Amino acid sequence: MYQYDHYDQTLVDQRVAQFRGQVRRYLAGELSDDEFRPLRLMNGLYLQTHAYMLRIAVPYGVLASRQLRMLAHIARTYDRGYGHFTTRQNIQFNWPELERVPDILADLASVQMHAIQTSGNCIRNVTSDPLAGVADDELEDPRPWCEIIRQWSTLHPEFSFLPRKFKIAVSASKQDRAAVQVHDIGLYLVRGADGEVGFRVLVGGGLGRTPMIGQTIREFLPKQHLLSYLEAILRVYNQEGRRDNLYKSRIKILVKALGAAEFGRRVEVEWAQIRDSALQLEPAEIERIRAFFAAPAYAADAAADASFDAHLAADAAFATWVRRNVAGHRVAGYRNVFVSLKPFGRPPGDISAGQMEALADLADRYAGGKVHSTFTQNLLLTDVRQADVYPLWQALAALDLATPTIGTLADIIACPGLDYCSLANAESISVAKSLHARFDELDYLYDLGDLRLNISGCMNSCAHQHVGAIGILGVDKSGEQWYQITLGGSSGNVASLGDVIGPSVRHEDVADTIARVLEVYLEQREPDEPFLDTYRRIGMAPFKARVYGVPAKGRAGKEAAAHV
Amino acid sequence: MSEIIKHRQIVADEWRSVADDETVGTGPVIVSLARFLAEREALLARGEALGVRVPPDVRLDALAGDLPRLALIAVEFPVFKDGRGFSVARLLRERYGFHGEIRAVGDVLRDQLFFMERSGFDAFAVRPGKSLQDALAAFDEFSVTYQAAADDPRPLFRRRG
Ligand code: SF4
Repeated sequence: MYQYDHYDQTLVDQRVAQFRGQVRRYLAGELSDDEFRPLRLMNGLYLQTHAYMLRIAVPYGVLASRQLRMLAHIARTYDRGYGHFTTRQNIQFNWPELERVPDILADLASVQMHAIQTSGNCIRNVTSDPLAGVADDELEDPRPWCEIIRQWSTLHPEFSFLPRKFKIAVSASKQDRAAVQVHDIGLYLVRGADGEVGFRVLVGGGLGRTPMIGQTIREFLPKQHLLSYLEAILRVYNQEGRRDNLYKSRIKILVKALGAAEFGRRVEVEWAQIRDSALQLEPAEIERIRAFFAAPAYAADAAADASFDAHLAADAAFATWVRRNVAGHRVAGYRNVFVSLKPFGRPPGDISAGQMEALADLADRYAGGKVHSTFTQNLLLTDVRQADVYPLWQALAALDLATPTIGTLADIIACPGLDYCSLANAESISVAKSLHARFDELDYLYDLGDLRLNISGCMNSCAHQHVGAIGILGVDKSGEQWYQITLGGSSGNVASLGDVIGPSVRHEDVADTIARVLEVYLEQREPDEPFLDTYRRIGMAPFKARVYGVPAKGRAGKEAAAHV
Repeated sequence: MSEIIKHRQIVADEWRSVADDETVGTGPVIVSLARFLAEREALLARGEALGVRVPPDVRLDALAGDLPRLALIAVEFPVFKDGRGFSVARLLRERYGFHGEIRAVGDVLRDQLFFMERSGFDAFAVRPGKSLQDALAAFDEFSVTYQAAADDPRPLFRRRG
């Protein structure tokens, strides 16, 4: 993984000192609340319902074991013993005291971490494929490009006061696991006509109140021009994006207003002026960054191991877990192992200090000392020898990190919702718990197959409910918590936004409603057809009829129908 | 006479900012872009230093031909979080080759100054009521930068050693 040199380290250290000064000035009354607010946000510090929340950057989801240990230390020393992984591969702490945040940042800086630009109207943490570098369907490792973008975007002099937050994602694999099409800028590494690798550039994707799928403005960008092209996009957005209305200030609104073709034309005009500037990446720099991500030396005899298959045959629980939680590796004899942060009945994405430390040890022992965060709020250990998968599973199971439900309905993405977030309309975590309680039979979950279910507590859509095959959105109805349900969303290669099934339902009726939706799927699916495909084939009508048409059990249908 | 920060020092402001309905008089003055465009010939004929105050959504092409005869461009920051002015300054320096003073006016606070200076500003009319002495510290907060900008055309990857 990338290692700081003295430039990177100096910058992060100086950022800590700067923020310490900002906190001091605020506490001394030299900065008003309004003046301090954007400053703390640019460093990931939110004010939530009960306390501050600090969001720490995990650049493109890569964590070294010593960094994970530091996060455990922070959870224990400054927080309440746990942290929460987000859909943007970052980690949040929910209970830090403002006075101690500078110390947290100093601790982070000691392990090459920071909270820079994890919030605020600036370029946020670049996200990528959690399987980057080990996926068998990948053109090349996208992480060097993420790191190049990270450096370019860090404290950018021109783009630190944008109309609104700005998110970039990079994917290099056939299967998009980075939700590229719902980012402000999405980058796909692709092969051009001449065989060279470059980028397909999308703009204007995003969720929130006005969800949109990104549109391609350039089919092929030679890789050396990445930064000048990003700079051109950002300059057009910085100058022309709306600033009069919070809800209309994302780049997607500008792209929609101008049309993608006109937006792209303006970018090209700007780009023509800076394309051949010093921003052009030199092969030596690309290689310098790439070297940090070089693959480890894989053992040639890893595939010769017979124990893995023997355990699979002998231990049904292990085999079950492998089927759901273990992914293939591009090198024979190796596996990639998902670490579930979705135990039944617990808040999705939460992890305790003890679990972090134990996992750091396991990463050192079995996975090259690295842990990866995923946008589904799980973790991933890569480069695990197949002979080590069984003992790793036993250790993970003992830590309650081996719930065998990755990719199933129970692998719920949920935002913190009303329990923590001051913007929330409704709870998310308790809805996830109610679904966990209702759908807790593994055989049923496996029969349903791959099924992405996402729950957000408000229209800000932090849990990406628009792109859940089933999406659940908290809405406020005269002080009561109601939930709007959508079907058919996907952030994959064929990205789509979910359709609203009908009137929203009460908290206590969410699980029943989802159960009816699932009944329709199980009745109507063709062999091996995933939920999403069935929905795309048969449409909304049968689901709608089942949920609202039959007043089964009375309440769900009737009362919901009253709230059109 | 009020004080501003110029070239990282607190100095007396030699410029007078005149409203559109005010007589221009003598000495260095800053006029609005609208007034400049309306009274261009007369203002330039004064033979005294002239500055133009531009809004953050200015299209610099309208001003390009006149830039060599202007000594100062003041870029307005209506609110702290409005970042359009950063692009204006970079374009003035890097694309239009403007060598005069670029001054940040309006909601200008200490914590923008580092970004502003990198973008090409060299003068800062810090919002009244804030300590200029305190604001000066902003310039020394970082000794390292990643990007190419008005202060250095080379990104760090061309300077790293
Ligand atoms: S979706 Fe809404 S409730 Fe949930 S974390 Fe985001 S802002 Fe808060």
